[in-house]
Amino acid sequence: MSDIKDKVIEIIAEQAVLEPSDVKMDSTLEDLGIDSLGLVESIFAIEEAFDIQVPFNANDPQESDFDISDVSSIVAGVEKLVKEQSS
Amino acid sequence: MKRVVITGAGTINALGHDVPETLAAMREGRCGIGELDVRDAERLSVSIGAQVKGFSSEGLFNRQQMALYDRFTQFALVAAREAIAQSGLTFAGELAHKTGAILGNSGGGMTTIDENYRSVYEEGKNRVHPFVVPKLMNNAAASHVSMEFNLKGPTFTVSSACASSNHAMAQAFQMVRTGMSPAMITGGSESMLCFGGVKAWEGMRVMSKTGCRPFSANRNGMVQGEGAGVFVFEEMEHAKKRGAEILAEVVGFAMTSDASDIVMPSKQGAARAISGALRDAQLNPGDVQYINAHGTGTAANDKTESAAVADVFGRHADEVMISSTKAMHGHLIGGTGAVELLACIMAVRDGIIAPTINYEEPDPECALDVVPNEAREVNVEVALSNAFAFGGLNAVLALRRI
Repeated sequence: MSDIKDKVIEIIAEQAVLEPSDVKMDSTLEDLGIDSLGLVESIFAIEEAFDIQVPFNANDPQESDFDISDVSSIVAGVEKLVKEQSS
Repeated sequence: MKRVVITGAGTINALGHDVPETLAAMREGRCGIGELDVRDAERLSVSIGAQVKGFSSEGLFNRQQMALYDRFTQFALVAAREAIAQSGLTFAGELAHKTGAILGNSGGGMTTIDENYRSVYEEGKNRVHPFVVPKLMNNAAASHVSMEFNLKGPTFTVSSACASSNHAMAQAFQMVRTGMSPAMITGGSESMLCFGGVKAWEGMRVMSKTGCRPFSANRNGMVQGEGAGVFVFEEMEHAKKRGAEILAEVVGFAMTSDASDIVMPSKQGAARAISGALRDAQLNPGDVQYINAHGTGTAANDKTESAAVADVFGRHADEVMISSTKAMHGHLIGGTGAVELLACIMAVRDGIIAPTINYEEPDPECALDVVPNEAREVNVEVALSNAFAFGGLNAVLALRRI
């Protein structure tokens, strides 16, 4: 599972133009300076990396079945999707 | 009515990555056409084009910008940077609110479309990058120019195939002339030299496999180019007050529609656009020394254009010089009028007429002074720039020495 975490952090860090070590689990996307375009780009990169479909609608992020409130929630969401896909 | 002058010019095309390089190539009659270097070129039956070579976006744009800029947008930004830097204008306050960018373009982000169709159709992928739409839309170039330079006035893209840039510049000219805007950024860009873009043009069977030879009896079609031309059109008093260098004055324009055929040109439509531009500029045929022709190198265009010029100029037709620079930089489709306006600026400012290169055999149906093969030094007071597009849409601009 830590592989998933590392990969998600790597994707987010790249989007934020930061080192992965600067991305904390409780960082929000806003803290990291990732705007809405950066968010959809990150989600695309996550989908490509794990070959999953992330249920995210940019019109209404709160209502999407994918919690983007901070890095830990994103990692948890991705872990869940990867698990569902392999089961 | 205000007088309108050009205070900045920028370009990137197969002849050069800026205006001085491009004008030097035009003076020398250099040809920018060569073998196409695109993916799957071996499946193309037309394998030549005027590609922009040696262009790297490295250092010009940051990573986030690169993710958003198709090649046609990159070209527009490179040209806009050169033009606006030359003008010396910075956009803030009221000037920013009234200045916009009106750019011509025909195909939009063709490379983006091509690559993503490949990925979903050929490779069977079911997911595309989120920026496909903002990259491919025709207005992307104009929008990014407005964002980079803080232009908050009228900004949009004009799409009229091969006349897009001339229509765009005519529109910008109108806005400055009527006092609506003290300055406008205008011109056009195009980048269709990708597999799908060239393949589509092959289907028309108007492309040459050997070269672009406008007005020559042995011409056998057009050759595509790519790139951008961007200008700063400014109200003359505004430019003078700040001591700006003035490259030329824009004195008139006309636009007409043939209303007859979707691809075949019409002598009447072209002639009405040329005579309309003269009337708008309050000029007589005898006042014009140079015409930058549409001159695509197709059988149909060149004879129709020659006949239209002969009709409008009458007994002056033998005195006017008319050259097609497409033999050098190719046909930039929606960006072509903008790059060709550079030849008109060179004519009125420097007194140098860019030649029609590759001219090999006279054609009795194109019996005009086409400035064959070698540039000429002649004082030019007035120059016209012709653009006659598929769809029968024509736009002609008139420039005068200042």
